[in-house]
Amino acid sequence: MSYFSDIYNGIKTLLTGMSVTGGYFIRARKGALTQQYPDNRETLKMFDRFRGEVIMPHDDVNEHRCTGCQKCEIACPNGTIEIIWDRGIDEETGKKKKKIDQHIYHLGMCTMCGLCIEACPTDAIVWAQNYENSVYDRTSLTKVLNQPGSKVKAGIED
Amino acid sequence: MEPTVKSNIKTEEYFINMGPQHPATHGVLRMMLTIDGEIIKNVEPDLGYIHRSIEKMCERDSYQQIVHLTDRMDYLSSHINNEAVCLVVEKALEIDVPERVKVIRTIIGELTRIASHCLWWGVMGMDVGALTTYFYAFRDRELINDIFEETCGARLTMNYNIPGGLMFDIHPNFVKRTKEFIAHFKTKIPEYDRLLKGNVIFQKRTKGIGVLSPEDAISFGASGPVARGSGVNCDIRKIHPYSAYDLVKFEEALQTDGDCLARYKVRIQEMWQSLSIIEQLIDNIPEGDTKVATKAVIKLPKGEYYQRVETARGELGCYVNSTGTKNPYRFKFRSPGLSNLGVINSLATGSKIGDLVAIMATIDIVVPDIDR
Repeated sequence: MSYFSDIYNGIKTLLTGMSVTGGYFIRARKGALTQQYPDNRETLKMFDRFRGEVIMPHDDVNEHRCTGCQKCEIACPNGTIEIIWDRGIDEETGKKKKKIDQHIYHLGMCTMCGLCIEACPTDAIVWAQNYENSVYDRTSLTKVLNQPGSKVKAGIED
Repeated sequence: MEPTVKSNIKTEEYFINMGPQHPATHGVLRMMLTIDGEIIKNVEPDLGYIHRSIEKMCERDSYQQIVHLTDRMDYLSSHINNEAVCLVVEKALEIDVPERVKVIRTIIGELTRIASHCLWWGVMGMDVGALTTYFYAFRDRELINDIFEETCGARLTMNYNIPGGLMFDIHPNFVKRTKEFIAHFKTKIPEYDRLLKGNVIFQKRTKGIGVLSPEDAISFGASGPVARGSGVNCDIRKIHPYSAYDLVKFEEALQTDGDCLARYKVRIQEMWQSLSIIEQLIDNIPEGDTKVATKAVIKLPKGEYYQRVETARGELGCYVNSTGTKNPYRFKFRSPGLSNLGVINSLATGSKIGDLVAIMATIDIVVPDIDR
């Protein structure tokens, strides 16, 4: 007797499960999340807070906001940020002042923890929302964030 | 000469490796099986394939930096791991975080738990031979990941907590999206049960397989859904409430059978309870600051501190031994994965190799949590 009830139960539960999958088969496109990724690059937009990579924004006259205080370098857990700094003469006061020579960022080592951006007192570095970071050569993951010939915006103090 | 027939034919035990690259082991875990035919005589897990010495790295890092390392332990409940480290630092510094922080931490923690159980449900179905579950689970988990990505900036390794509060406030869309998700997911859990739980094949693969007695669960130090499937009350959220868990009403998911099906039921129940917790909190997130200002260099007072939280897999304990400097002298994690893995020999002995896959799926192994 249990032989027949087993068969009955088997078919019944199979049909119960199939009713779920069958339901999706009929209304397949409703609520579908799949994106046609490489084809939708123009329309694909990441969220504002998405952590793609660290960048240093520059304005029209090639000025950034980094004073070279090295707080991001200290905050970084794995040595992703390296700052090579120098002392320059401040034009207004004539005193010696710290300035950055190169703000080096190793994207290959970055864990996207966000501690450097939290630590920055002048908002000199921010997150970029780009998401295609793979390259053929590892050395191109080391980036210098400040543009050549750039200098710190006047009046930025940490 | 006539051929003689051996009358005393015996089977022989032999040794086989399962892993370290077996897909059913959920990562690089090597299981050394001694089997007789298809019956398992002994299981010995071999650990250390992805050991990254996280505890040692904690001794090098400052307390703010330690938080992001815990993302990489149990990556499916990374927010709860972050919370554990932040809570132990706050306990040592005697900081009382604002109510808003507590509530947000609880909501995101419960979302993490749902996401983790969701993934587990999909993978569990796949381990016992149902591929559909995988796609359905990932479809729903994607909505949680979107909430995290919008608020925290990352999908898996969020690093949203800092000692003293949250890194930044929640996104304006957070409440709306979470409510949408709750409404959506409430229709999906019954569907999960209809699809998998009643199925005869699934029942045969899980019912009465891998029975863990409550005594064994306690003596092996199992926690989380593994122990609760055997009827052991061990929910840290109930026993030692942290964050906002003392403000909400919820029931501890308990089953008494102790087999794979019981552990399945516990996790499904937990998803319902997590939804209920989020529902109670989401409408009345208190206003206020999202962080308490701490010193740039956090130095814990000399002494020992311990804090435990309930992750999606069980009890995570953080032990800090501080000598008063900016780095901990010792940082020890009591991870749920390692203790839960300990029961595997007593569960699997006597069952078949195919059952071991189901047992490992219901223990919900995350190897980076075991190896650290």
